[in-house]
Amino acid sequence: MNALELLWLIPLLPFAGAAVNGILVRNSQKGLATAVGIGAPGLSLLVALAALWQYSTTRPGETIQQAVYVWTTGGFSVDIAFRLDPLSAVMTFVVTLVGFLIHVYSVGYMGHEPGYRRFFAFMNLFMGAMLLLVLGANYLVMFVGWEGVGLCSYLLIGFYFEEEFPPYAGKKAFVVNRIGDFAFLVGLFALFATFGTLDFAGIEAQVLADPASATAPYVFGFSVAGFVTLCLFIGAVGKSAQIPLYVWLPDAMAGPTPVSALIHAATMVTAGVYMVARSNILYQLAPEISTVVAVVGAATAIFAATIGLAQNDIKKVLAYSTVSQLGYMFLAAGVGAYVAAIFHLATHAFFKALLFLGSGSVIHAMGGEQDMRKMGGLRRHLPWTYRTFLVGTLAISGVPLLAGFFSKDAILAGAWERSPALWAIGLVTAGLTACYMLRAVLMTFFGKFRGTKEQAHHLHESPAVMTVPLGILAVGAVVAGYAGKIPFTHLDWLGGFFAPVIAVIPGHEAQAGHHGLALEALLVSASIAAAGIGLLVAWRIWGRNRGLDGGSAWAARFPRIHHLLENKYFVDEIYDRIVVRPLAAIARACWKVVDILIIDGALHVGAFVTEMTGDLGRFSTTGNVRNYALYFFAGVLILFWWMIF
Amino acid sequence: MSVPIAWYLVLAAALFCIGTVGALTRRNGIAIFLSIELMLNAANLTLAAYSRLLDDRTGQMVVFFALAVAAAEAAVGLALFIAIYRLRRTIDLNRINLLRW
Amino acid sequence: MELAIFIVFAVTALVSSIVVVAHRSPVHSTLSLVVTLLATAGLFILLGSPFLAALQVLLYTGAILVLFLFVIMLLNIQRERASSARSPLQTWGALVGAFVLAGAVSRLLWDAHAESVAPPLTETFVSLRGVADQLFTTYLLPFEMIGLLLLLAVVVAGWVAKRVRAEADEESAE
Repeated sequence: MNALELLWLIPLLPFAGAAVNGILVRNSQKGLATAVGIGAPGLSLLVALAALWQYSTTRPGETIQQAVYVWTTGGFSVDIAFRLDPLSAVMTFVVTLVGFLIHVYSVGYMGHEPGYRRFFAFMNLFMGAMLLLVLGANYLVMFVGWEGVGLCSYLLIGFYFEEEFPPYAGKKAFVVNRIGDFAFLVGLFALFATFGTLDFAGIEAQVLADPASATAPYVFGFSVAGFVTLCLFIGAVGKSAQIPLYVWLPDAMAGPTPVSALIHAATMVTAGVYMVARSNILYQLAPEISTVVAVVGAATAIFAATIGLAQNDIKKVLAYSTVSQLGYMFLAAGVGAYVAAIFHLATHAFFKALLFLGSGSVIHAMGGEQDMRKMGGLRRHLPWTYRTFLVGTLAISGVPLLAGFFSKDAILAGAWERSPALWAIGLVTAGLTACYMLRAVLMTFFGKFRGTKEQAHHLHESPAVMTVPLGILAVGAVVAGYAGKIPFTHLDWLGGFFAPVIAVIPGHEAQAGHHGLALEALLVSASIAAAGIGLLVAWRIWGRNRGLDGGSAWAARFPRIHHLLENKYFVDEIYDRIVVRPLAAIARACWKVVDILIIDGALHVGAFVTEMTGDLGRFSTTGNVRNYALYFFAGVLILFWWMIF
Repeated sequence: MSVPIAWYLVLAAALFCIGTVGALTRRNGIAIFLSIELMLNAANLTLAAYSRLLDDRTGQMVVFFALAVAAAEAAVGLALFIAIYRLRRTIDLNRINLLRW
Repeated sequence: MELAIFIVFAVTALVSSIVVVAHRSPVHSTLSLVVTLLATAGLFILLGSPFLAALQVLLYTGAILVLFLFVIMLLNIQRERASSARSPLQTWGALVGAFVLAGAVSRLLWDAHAESVAPPLTETFVSLRGVADQLFTTYLLPFEMIGLLLLLAVVVAGWVAKRVRAEADEESAE
């Protein structure tokens, strides 16, 4: 059986799992719900692995496209098609593998939740939508997946809908995403209007044949490529939580922790990066927008990293870390290092999923407590969680020979080529990342336990169903880095594998990315130094046995900065003032004036007139035949009069 | 002296309108029926007058058929009144307001 | 002479028709209608169709109105009580409407036919033979259908009256 012909099964299996779990299975059938919820993504993973194995051994670098159905309305025709090329292959691998591990983990983590079956139905739905997004062969299929993951994100953030905050956070995520999705749609319209197709391959062929068609002036002083890429990037900003639309992601932590790991760290939020990489041919033709992407990415990276320094909620720290790392990926995409962006996406998926699941294990043990100030000393009680979490922390910090080191290094090397300033921002961010992550480790796992006695009594290591996925992800967080560019060598499996995806446009060739050995050594040692300084600073402030005192002392020394960071630069408050409240005022005006006064008023007048007419007319319908005969007679008279005179 | 045909016609119109008033004002079903017969008769008179005016016997034929139909109508109508009376013990149309609600 | 006869018949018809409409007693109304119909029969003779006059007397007065009288007596209908549900609007509406209609129609007919003079009566127009000729040749089919209609009316009338009684019996039985 040719696994490459079964591409459509990869997204279909999770969809089927969601349908079965959502419709057929009952809440009481927990075993069945588990089997379906794990089985569907598991089978999907097997099919994906088989397909990828076959792809990389028999037809590496080729583009395989399969149309399942052709959707035609009028002159508009789009294939519902799947596409397997190096880019979607890597994404499919990451999504199915990490997704499956998180599903397994969820069996333990969600075991006692009342909405167990619903959780798995939503998670499977998400998997299906995400795979549709990465496997779609054109922007429309991608957009369907894009909206599908947005919906699942909304559903899962608001999973604890009986509480007050989660539904609000879900709503916020959905509304903020809509801003981006609107721009995304506009970009798609512009694409279709220009090229007459939404197919990746079709657009690429047209642009390669005639690059001038894409750089021709379009609207608002933008070229076609500039306008489209700007719209797509705004879409990516919404989905991937970049400045200024990142505000929903920290609040999205209101969802269950596996959801945060899967959707808000490993997969969905990276969809924007994937989309930019997928559209790289257009971004290459729009250097000014690429610069915007790089600057926004760099700004988000350092901005979110500084906020992460002062957060006390373990999941909030990881959330801002995610925003920051996504900024890193956009920085890479913006400077043209698309391979590095996807490379970091993949390694980040492993170690950030690992960190989130580790934090979930901690929260599980603490009975739902998320405040790190009430933790401490947990490494004795949660040895495996501690070890894997530490691996994840070191990986994200850029400690040599772990995954994050390689991918971060690739990004920094790419940034250096374009602009040393961007490189410097990236370097500082790397140091900050190391600092706040080690801070989280120290506050959580070291020092004395600061929780209640009851919590201390209940502390326990999580079951194997949770720790085994942690272990696998930890292995991934170590070895995933060796797939990409390894410094000081010419080993770059990912770069070679990706070569066909990164379009080479005549006249727009990127400069060859090989620096001299000395420069490379300098860059590598700089990033190692940044990580080392970050870790060292964290150790000095929050290190062994200091508990919270070190942090408090620093906060006391810089009260204003601490206040600013702890309150996330007051961005939510500013948005509330300048966007939410005016909009709410407008909405209230619409409600009070337009709705109640004008619409309801018109309705009431209409109702009143009808009622009065009815009240008056009621007297005519006496039910007495003779009265009706008289009306009849009157009618005859009128007709007679009209006909004669 | 021959009577002008117009006089017959005006007389027929007058009879017709008297019948109309009766049909609209009486409450007794039988009386309404009688008024309708009066209107029918006025129409017959008009037909006969025109037949005379045009020297064409077709008008008389129509009157003949109208009479026959009136007989049939009377039979069925009166049967209906008997039926209604049996059900409701009255043929006062003010009380037979079946069309109400 | 002819004019005098016309006036007599016309006045009789008008007066008796007003009695038909105005009298409270159904029996009196019916008897007045008999007078109206007889006067009309006279007018038919003046219009040169003694056949219609004969039919009017035999069929209308002799059969139909007798049927009316039978029904009135069968149902034992009393005078209309003046007090029961008077509706002045209905009465005045009908009167005004009828007056307007009468005026308009009369005016119309008068304008059209004030100058019209009927042709002299001929033997063939008046003769019963001519009527019979036309009835049994040109109008044979309608004539036969009228016969069928009358038969149908008799059957239906009997059926309606009987059926309702059966239902009423069922209701009272319940």
